[in-house]
Amino acid sequence: MRPGATSGAAARRLGARRGVSWLAVAAVPTAFLGVFFAWPVAAIVARGLDGGAVVEVLGDPGLRRVAWFTLWQALASTVLTLVLAVPGAHVLARYDFRGRRVVRALVTVPFVLPSVVVGTAFVGLLGRGGPLAPLGLDRSVVAVLVAHAFFNYAVVVRTVGGLWAHLDPALEESARVLGASRWQAFRHVTLPLLRPALAAAGAIVFLFCFTSFGVVLVLGGPGRTTIEVEVYRQTAQLLDLRAAAALTLLQLAAVVALVAVHARAQRRRAGALRLRPANEVLVRPRGRQRLLLGGNLLVMATLLGVPLVSLVERSFASGDGYGLASWRALSSSRRGSTLFVSPLEALGSSLTYAAAATVISMVVGGLAAFAVARHTTVAARGFDALLMLPLGTSAVTVGFGFLITLDSPPLDLRGSAWLVPLAQALVATPLVVRSLVPVLRSVDVRLKEAAATLGAPPWRVLREVELPLVGRALLVGASFAFAVSLGEFGATVFLARPDRPTLPMAIVRLLGQPGALNLGQAMAMSTILLLVTAAAVLAIEGRRVGEVSEL
Amino acid sequence: MSPRRRRPPLAVLLALSLLAGACGGDDEQGAPPGPAEGSDPAVTLRLVTHDSFAASEEVLAGFTEASGIEVELIANGDAGLVVNQAILTKEDPLGDVLFGVDNTLLTRALDEGIFVPYESPLLEDVDEAYLLDPQHRVTPVDHGEVCLNYDRAHFDEAELAPPDDLDDLVDPAYRGLTVVEDPSTSSPGLAFLLATVDRYGEDGWRDWWSRLRDNDVLVSPGWEDAYYGSFSGGSGEGDRPIVVSYASSPPVEVLNADPRPAVAPTGVVEASCFRQVEAAGILAGTEHEEEARELVDFLLSLPFQEDVPLQMFVFPVNREAQLPALFVEHAVVPDDPLSLPVEEIGANRERWVEEWLDTVVR
Repeated sequence: MRPGATSGAAARRLGARRGVSWLAVAAVPTAFLGVFFAWPVAAIVARGLDGGAVVEVLGDPGLRRVAWFTLWQALASTVLTLVLAVPGAHVLARYDFRGRRVVRALVTVPFVLPSVVVGTAFVGLLGRGGPLAPLGLDRSVVAVLVAHAFFNYAVVVRTVGGLWAHLDPALEESARVLGASRWQAFRHVTLPLLRPALAAAGAIVFLFCFTSFGVVLVLGGPGRTTIEVEVYRQTAQLLDLRAAAALTLLQLAAVVALVAVHARAQRRRAGALRLRPANEVLVRPRGRQRLLLGGNLLVMATLLGVPLVSLVERSFASGDGYGLASWRALSSSRRGSTLFVSPLEALGSSLTYAAAATVISMVVGGLAAFAVARHTTVAARGFDALLMLPLGTSAVTVGFGFLITLDSPPLDLRGSAWLVPLAQALVATPLVVRSLVPVLRSVDVRLKEAAATLGAPPWRVLREVELPLVGRALLVGASFAFAVSLGEFGATVFLARPDRPTLPMAIVRLLGQPGALNLGQAMAMSTILLLVTAAAVLAIEGRRVGEVSEL
Repeated sequence: MSPRRRRPPLAVLLALSLLAGACGGDDEQGAPPGPAEGSDPAVTLRLVTHDSFAASEEVLAGFTEASGIEVELIANGDAGLVVNQAILTKEDPLGDVLFGVDNTLLTRALDEGIFVPYESPLLEDVDEAYLLDPQHRVTPVDHGEVCLNYDRAHFDEAELAPPDDLDDLVDPAYRGLTVVEDPSTSSPGLAFLLATVDRYGEDGWRDWWSRLRDNDVLVSPGWEDAYYGSFSGGSGEGDRPIVVSYASSPPVEVLNADPRPAVAPTGVVEASCFRQVEAAGILAGTEHEEEARELVDFLLSLPFQEDVPLQMFVFPVNREAQLPALFVEHAVVPDDPLSLPVEEIGANRERWVEEWLDTVVR
């Protein structure tokens, strides 16, 4: 204890008050995750929990092979995605070029497509007879990794680009003036500053790939399965809840280990940064920068553009040529059947659910991010880690858990339309948190202290200092949450009522029957889905909420 | 740049989210959506089924009109998932009647006691062969055959006879031509595995599969990938001319084409067909057993039975039901398909799938 009793007591009082307000802010996300995640998952695991089964399942050499494949493909996918997408995040955050906003919106689109659609697109391109068949990637691990990069490119662009867009270029320029090479300046100045965002992006991509389902099944070829696939088989097909519980615990343990590593990386983060308005750091690319920009646009066009274009093209295929038959059929075929959904209705359901999920996840995730970013205590770090768990849990586990827990008052939600946005918000919330925390932590603490010293109560510090600084990140988080909710499939298909399917559900339903018109309609609906997603992302991010420029 | 102009979209999104709130609010205790407003049916039955269930709205409305019973559909996931959900929630059932349990899934449902028996008088129009349970805990409603399909154009051009028996698939002349679904992840894949068990017996089926593996068979995780991704016939975009699909796939290819061809582009290998019978059962714990019986009778009645082929692309079990012209012209209904007793499937299914994985992919 230092001398100076009075100031020490004041500091302790202040600390106690901050502790109380921390608990208050953390209460909402804790309650949300407790009721809609921890309780259902715990209930379904408890049904099957059996020490013998855990030992038996974990001792099975077949499972060890599956666990090893799950782990290394997720690591490799994460590395590949980062390598491909970090330069893309750079050019989209820093270079001013015509169509920048549209490109930024378009890279988000793959995120929402059902994996069976992307799977058939990749098989069509890579399989025997496809235009990329000579690469020999059909049913290979490489195809799985590339498809994962296709899906997750946007995660890196949004999370890393979100911070990069605000880094003061003067820092790197000073290093250059002092004689550092371009690479040295990047390596020793920019990279350390970006580390929290890189860690966040890496963690999200890893978790998505770790729990990958459709992509691995369709593209990996037989015999290559993930823990997620095994959980699905044991729960949904074999109803072996003992094995499913053991596998779910294994999955959770792996996720906890990952987020612990991630939390360490966050702790070694750089200190507060001087953030700059995004449009002030934009430069018109010149010379080598144009080359870098061109190269990255080429990567995006190849990785993201080719599969998307092939999908749009197939929606216009008709006989041996092109036509509008599939588009016309969208509004007419199978009308009068209980199975018929007009694409407009499905789109309406999708947008409604996703909007509700976005609002929920912004409230829950926003509060959680503020709670996490303000404190570096063990409790805050542990809380941060727990927020990530839903990303690493099987949708079928959560869905079955909902069935057996949310079935009696006061929470009798079975059959309620609310279950869908609630489940989508579970997946969207960690993304909101990860988008916000790196930016929030970079807010100079002295600004907040100055405001507090001048007598501003905590809510005013939040409103007048932090909110303006993180407005941009809030929008990025919102569009991210909206996109991931639009595309959520695993839990949605389980919880949505048959008369109100989402667009991805309608697409997959169409692919359940043979016929050129069915395939064409599925592709046409996918085209609608991707256009709407791009438009929604543009609309949300085009807004201006307390830009940094207001400083 | 003037991003301020873009204000409306966010307002629209918020309005939509409020709408979502409104939708969440109005479905207390599962009030039926949409068209039911105005009429005041006495009872609403919840029909739990898989997500490929389909019926004409007209036919369902006819039932409601005649009986005063409103039907609400609860459909989440495939048949296996639906049966497992029903088992998991048997203390507090999701609905009153379950439709969609088939002979490959039945044993577990019966063992768990989720159904109460009911012998419908309409069963007199149904052949004994379709009865799955002598105690009538479930009532057969339709049958569909999982069969090899082949691409007619491919075999015409290659001047090779289309396969007409499972033996042909392991013949070197048919090397690299076949795509099948993984029985551990796919329902038609499982049915086809059962077909080979029936055909070659417990002692011979693994040998046939290892010869098929040597003959360069392709394994897909699901029907969509196998048919659209790897099959060359009809709407398939791949290059393998033999696929495991359904007896009804050729007529559906005709139906879902524009313009419709005179002859289906794909054919069925009759000797490879395995019969799946789909059944309905009254869920134990229902408060509306009387009405549930009426619903089961309706599923066996001619209006529903004759609706089944063009809605779910399966065949009616009621022998009085007329098939639509499309099915008469383009479908093959095998006389004596392969099949296995329900108990035998129940007792061995998981072991067979494991042995299949060991033989074919591991």
